[in-house]
Amino acid sequence: MPIDMTEVRQLFFEESLESLDLMEANLLDMTVGESDKELINSIFRVAHSIKGGAGIFKFENVVHFAHIAETLLGEIRSNEQSISQNIINTLLDAVDVLRMVLIALRDAHSYNENLVNQCQANLIQLLKKPFCEVDTTAINQTTTETAVITTPVITAPSSAPVVIKPQKQWKINFHPHAQIFQTGNDPLNLFMALAELGELTIHVDTGDLPSLEHLTPQQCYLAWELLLTTDADKSAIEEVFEWVLEESQLNIELLNTVIANTATEADSIITDSTISSPELVPQIVIHNENNENTANISPSENITLSTTCTENSPLEPASIPAFSEQSTTSQTHEITNDLPVTEILNSGKITEHTDEVHHRTVHTNLLAGEATSIRVNIDKIDELINIVGELVITQSMLDQISQNFELKKLNQLRDGLAQLERNTRELQDSIMRIRMLPISYSFNRFPRLVHDLSVTLGKKVELRLSGESTELDKTVLEKMSDPLVHLVRNALDHGIEPPEERLAKGKLEYGILSLHAYHQGGTIIIQISDDGGGIDLNKIYQKALVMNLLKPTEAVTEEQLYEFIFHAGFSTAQQVSDVSGRGVGMDVVRRNIRSLGGAIEVSSKINQGTTFTIRLPLTLAILDGQLVRVGEQIYILSLLSIIESLRLLPSQINLLAGKAEVYHLRNEYIPIVRLYRLFNIETPIRNLEDGLIVIVEGEGQKIGLFVDELLSQQQIVIKSLETNYKQVAGISGATILGDGSVALILDVISLIKLSQQKTIHYPHSTALPTFTNPSMLN
Amino acid sequence: MTTILVSDDSHAMLQMLTFVLQSAGYELQTANNGKDALKLAQQQTFDLIITDFNMPDLDGLSLLRLLRAMPQYQFKPILLLTTETDPAIKQAAREAKATGWVNKPFDPDKLLAAVKKVLG
Repeated sequence: MPIDMTEVRQLFFEESLESLDLMEANLLDMTVGESDKELINSIFRVAHSIKGGAGIFKFENVVHFAHIAETLLGEIRSNEQSISQNIINTLLDAVDVLRMVLIALRDAHSYNENLVNQCQANLIQLLKKPFCEVDTTAINQTTTETAVITTPVITAPSSAPVVIKPQKQWKINFHPHAQIFQTGNDPLNLFMALAELGELTIHVDTGDLPSLEHLTPQQCYLAWELLLTTDADKSAIEEVFEWVLEESQLNIELLNTVIANTATEADSIITDSTISSPELVPQIVIHNENNENTANISPSENITLSTTCTENSPLEPASIPAFSEQSTTSQTHEITNDLPVTEILNSGKITEHTDEVHHRTVHTNLLAGEATSIRVNIDKIDELINIVGELVITQSMLDQISQNFELKKLNQLRDGLAQLERNTRELQDSIMRIRMLPISYSFNRFPRLVHDLSVTLGKKVELRLSGESTELDKTVLEKMSDPLVHLVRNALDHGIEPPEERLAKGKLEYGILSLHAYHQGGTIIIQISDDGGGIDLNKIYQKALVMNLLKPTEAVTEEQLYEFIFHAGFSTAQQVSDVSGRGVGMDVVRRNIRSLGGAIEVSSKINQGTTFTIRLPLTLAILDGQLVRVGEQIYILSLLSIIESLRLLPSQINLLAGKAEVYHLRNEYIPIVRLYRLFNIETPIRNLEDGLIVIVEGEGQKIGLFVDELLSQQQIVIKSLETNYKQVAGISGATILGDGSVALILDVISLIKLSQQKTIHYPHSTALPTFTNPSMLN
Repeated sequence: MTTILVSDDSHAMLQMLTFVLQSAGYELQTANNGKDALKLAQQQTFDLIITDFNMPDLDGLSLLRLLRAMPQYQFKPILLLTTETDPAIKQAAREAKATGWVNKPFDPDKLLAAVKKVLG
């Protein structure tokens, strides 16, 4: 295998982006006029290490940019500069620019050079000493004082030797038996397998090839001389030929051991293995995919087999098509090693892809450095390994029992199965825990956001974060990020008053915005609270009247008024500012949270502040479920939504308008939904006294679901119904039960809505599929 | 689509093979014994046949010989699954024109490498 630099590159990007986050946090901690040695040193180190890393990968403009930032930081460190708000802001911009450039390089996108140039000019302007060039030992780029980067849009990311395995060059003489095809073996496939081991050059000997009239197509007349550069040893090569060893002449000899010189191959983004050295002309690059054409390869041509770059490509999946296409063109175009990638991309029909890539990059959000990989605490991995170890022991134990099984081993078997169950559960828990990330991943972006926003809005705000280590499923975390940003923006824009107003009200000049996360039972609570002006219920009332959401005669509770905040198009802001009051509204925030199975509540006191409380499930993949039976069907209810289950007293059942049934329970009237009727299921239990009522709550409303009986409670792995079938009203998903049958998970909120419609007229049925085949969900 | 016929008298082994090969994206048909395998192989031409060595009714070697006599399988890859490490068996397999063999119990990676080696 050629040395895989993609991984090292990936590591560089991950680390750099992480250290930029640190630099940002440190910058936000800096106070104007004060010089905190530790903070400055830490910031300096980030700039320095990015410069160093970028140097290895020859990202010259990153090196240059980081060098300027480093120079400025050096001046601060040696007290030649004092820290001003201007310096902090410019350095924060520099963080953004570096982040943008690094993300662009990582994803092989282009980026906005103007931003880079502008920020660079700003940095240079701040320098006390005239700016001197970067050591030319590291970079051989000459730039003028204005330091405008002139390199093309994309600098080819390159690999450089860091980890070097000794590469050996093997010469393999392979003269297969004439009848080799008759065993179903094909030399081409063998060479393909060899090419997996490293760089392979094939030379075919056609000396034995008879003239066409004497040629038997089923026979093999060819012999090959192969040169393989690999770190694999002889036995690995022999293994490839294992099945044809006997009948064939095979000679493997070691030519020499070389230290791979990646420097010459390193200048192209198409990994070093794809393009063969230029002196081999004509040359053909064969992919694993289009391998049927051996017959077409004329003798005496040198063929380079290699694994394609798509396999261990450093690129995002989206950009792969561009590259596979590019590789195809490499058969016709002559590509020299030092041709910049931009030019390759611009040649021929690939141009449209570049445009697309460019287009996409323009929209790249700076904060959207969303990682496709997650960093997992080593303890979690160790735990996983531990459990897998136990699982292996259990397996071998069961294996032993199964050999010569007799009835007296039954107890052993039972123990073994119990152990297996425990292992499985632990494994499941551990795997789930790997997906859990501390909420600090989301919270950490807020210091910067609050800093920038408070500058824009002219407000003074202190941000308090707590419970950052609370862990949350990665998907939930990612989906929560936009709603949280929206709520924070709202709090700053509408909640916290300008300093003068606060002082006039007798409050502290600094407004306090706090983000607080904690566990409560099986849920995660995130609170966003401010000590600002609070929500003026009067204003909401007026606005609701104007919008015709409310009649002047209607009596309305506080809760109902707060509810209007989440109404689409509802804003009491006097004018739309560029911070909030447009774009995603609170309705979208709530929809996002609900789509995660969560809920949002608001409480507010005038002039004292507002608190938004978000409740989220720990994970989306598993829920604690209550199995209920209706006729032959089994349904699942989330345990969290169940309040109680009871048998009805006939005397407490009332009929509303002669149709809708309600149950009078402790001063409440609870509508009853007969599931068998809603889903049109045959069941002998039709009398309300014979079955059970499960009272469930969703969005503050309660309904009683009439079921035949309650079955067990168990953890349910949720499978999406939408991706496998289609969305069904009243159903949020499905799962496969222990016996292999499919059970549907009831969606309480949509059931409540359904029941409200159905009370008007019961239709014959809601078409609901019956599932028998679990494979539909896989 | 590459279609593979797998033949083994052990249900567990068949399940394992199915799991490994299907997760690697191959289309599969399975047979419980040599006779069924032969029947399936006559109905459609598979790109690869993997068969167990020891099977009731029709053993792997005989199946292999019958398949090689059929024109559509003359050059097709056929792999034998074998628990025996006896060189004589490998010799017999070679003489019956087996493409190669995979040892049981198999390592999924090795099995896939072998399949890849014969299918390209």
